[in-house]
Amino acid sequence: MREHPALRLHVPEPTGRPGCATDFSFLQISGAGTVRKPPVDTSHFETADLAYALIGVLDRDGQAVGPWAPQIDGTQLRRGLRAMMKTRIFDARMTIAQRQRKTSFYMQCLGEEAIAVAQGMALAKGDMHFPTYRQQGLLLSRDDVSMVELICQLMSNEADPMKGRQLPVMYSFKRADFFSISGNLATQYPQAVGWAMASAIKGDTRIASAWIGDGATAESDFHTALTFAHVYRAPVILNVVNNQWAISSFQAIAGGESTTFAARGVGCGIASLRVDGNDFLAVYAASQWAAERARSNQGPTLIEWVTYRAGAHSTSDDPSKYRPADDWERFPLGDPIERLKAHLIVLGIWSEQEHGQVHKELEAEVAAAQKEAEGHGSLLDGHIPSAATIFEDVYETMPEHLRRQRQELGV
Amino acid sequence: MLTEVKNPAVETAETTSKPMTMIQALRSALDVVMARDPDVVVFGQDVGYFGGVFRVTEGLQAKYGKTRCFDAPISEGGIVGVAVGMGAYGLRPVAEIQFADYFYPASDQLVSEAARLRYRSAGDFTCPITVRMPCGGGIYGGQTHSQSPEALFTHVSGLRTVLPSNPYDAKGLLIAAIECNDPVIFLEPKRLYNGPFDGHHDRPVVPWSKHALGMVPEGYYRVPLESAAVFRPGSQLTVLTYGTMTWVAECAARETGIDAEIIDLRSIWPLDLDTIVASVKKTGRCVIVHEATKTSGFGAELSALVQEHCFYQLEAPIERVTGWDTPYPHAQEWAYFPGPDRVGAAFQRAMEKS
Repeated sequence: MREHPALRLHVPEPTGRPGCATDFSFLQISGAGTVRKPPVDTSHFETADLAYALIGVLDRDGQAVGPWAPQIDGTQLRRGLRAMMKTRIFDARMTIAQRQRKTSFYMQCLGEEAIAVAQGMALAKGDMHFPTYRQQGLLLSRDDVSMVELICQLMSNEADPMKGRQLPVMYSFKRADFFSISGNLATQYPQAVGWAMASAIKGDTRIASAWIGDGATAESDFHTALTFAHVYRAPVILNVVNNQWAISSFQAIAGGESTTFAARGVGCGIASLRVDGNDFLAVYAASQWAAERARSNQGPTLIEWVTYRAGAHSTSDDPSKYRPADDWERFPLGDPIERLKAHLIVLGIWSEQEHGQVHKELEAEVAAAQKEAEGHGSLLDGHIPSAATIFEDVYETMPEHLRRQRQELGV
Repeated sequence: MLTEVKNPAVETAETTSKPMTMIQALRSALDVVMARDPDVVVFGQDVGYFGGVFRVTEGLQAKYGKTRCFDAPISEGGIVGVAVGMGAYGLRPVAEIQFADYFYPASDQLVSEAARLRYRSAGDFTCPITVRMPCGGGIYGGQTHSQSPEALFTHVSGLRTVLPSNPYDAKGLLIAAIECNDPVIFLEPKRLYNGPFDGHHDRPVVPWSKHALGMVPEGYYRVPLESAAVFRPGSQLTVLTYGTMTWVAECAARETGIDAEIIDLRSIWPLDLDTIVASVKKTGRCVIVHEATKTSGFGAELSALVQEHCFYQLEAPIERVTGWDTPYPHAQEWAYFPGPDRVGAAFQRAMEKS
């Protein structure tokens, strides 16, 4: 006779699959303005409650409320909204370009624009970002890199700064504080910590910002980075963009069921926040807080940004095969652009009319950039960087065996 | 023999020499570059206060402080990952993996990141890191303290793999590796840390102080990368080898009376092809010797290169003497380790065939 029932393997499932609605109650949403703001020198265990709450600033009426409402002027807010709109329009245009086979591949950040744009604005020039492939807002909110250059990379054309070596979207722009993107998930997380350690070793004032998605937190490098960041009190912001999905896998399969990703930080001795990622003001305020902590030698901060991957994972993905088609409409934190737009209208520094006008201007700007970039060729017309460049930059100087191989190719 | 060793193109400053073990020579290299370049930082498991399980970093923390030489958590992926980030910042990190057998958790950072950063960013970011790893067997290290994983690195575009056989080269090559702007895997044969070893495990160990190559300049000098050394000039056959096997091959030449020309590759990849080809063209015979397992080992690449470049001069098939295609055993150490008898027998075969 068995004393215990048979054991059962638990395999998490999302509540919503194609044809039925997602139950978003698992998100544990606190009301805007209800979560306290600790001083930047707080200890990690004093942030334990914040790791299970949700910091928000913008309420349903578009008002900025509570202790996290940041000091930010109208000019900055308008800049932020414009950058988010630009990012979304750029994404839409490049997705079409992929369908027209002008580029082989693309990845949108639809619905996640506030996170990269607001943090990019909250950090200082010289702070280094170690992004994933879904933080294009960092580049599109600044003027260091033109859209033409970005599109040349996407088209792997003769003017591609990465010389056609990288898959589209895998940008590298040191001058824009944007570290080279790798296809291998999570690797940049400990690298960001190392960069921050180097800044501390040299007595610099610059900090690092690490980026990762919810799914990639399951990679060993996530754990490694948290350990090193805590051990050496590295001046780094550890961003976890929880968009609920890793391709087709719901965040519960990454380890999010009945817990939060922010809570991991507390467990590793790192002050941690869980923030509404679709609330531009909350993103800006939490980023500023974490940056101030890092810059004043208080150590690292982990921030889980709660958002929703509104678009397909990539141009190679069809989300209707694994989640409800209307999921984003039901997502309780809404659309970051609509929410900031409503706030600016409440403040009287934006209008529907201006919104429409700016939208048109940006569409024209992106279209013009695409046209200029296409002047340098695309995969479609075969105007790609010379095959001789295959052999360059493997090493600082070309070793003999690569010289021979280049000759063998006859270039 | 040792006075005949050629070190072509050694870059050296005026400096006095003194006897050093390989451990002392490596430590001296770190000391010299840390003094010259404030961007050089040294870290890894137990390398800080304690000075490393093999004493290579002894005294460096006391001399340069905790921000230049420090202990790391037991996380090879983390050690290499943060080194890549430090390199991207502009430092010149020298990371230590306690045993080469334990680099595997760092594979992703080495292969996908360190090796490719310059290439994928078209030179926007670079990775001037050195990763030191004690390697090789002959010390009853068993399965996870004896491996020779060099072929796993030589197959990776963008990495440089270096492996010295004596204190003089160890210091000069380590300085060159640290100053190189490419990522360098620096393998240190721990069997040679305290003295040369010719495979005669039943004889007393001879210290480095009895060898000319144990005389090491105290100051700055470099042994250039991609340059092999003719360890023993000879006329009858060419031996391509590195690390501990350099000494085993030299012993086999002595015991068989075969006038073998022993090439110590020093830089395994990219390598000094000219020195190899010139020697095989002269002797017409080639024996490749390494501790690592045979199949898809680096010897296969060497054999292919010699065949490709010296086909018409070869008078016998190329021989390979290597570890067996098994994990490294404990009790059967000397049946596994390619000692002078096995190497000598290969010399005989190479001489007999034609």
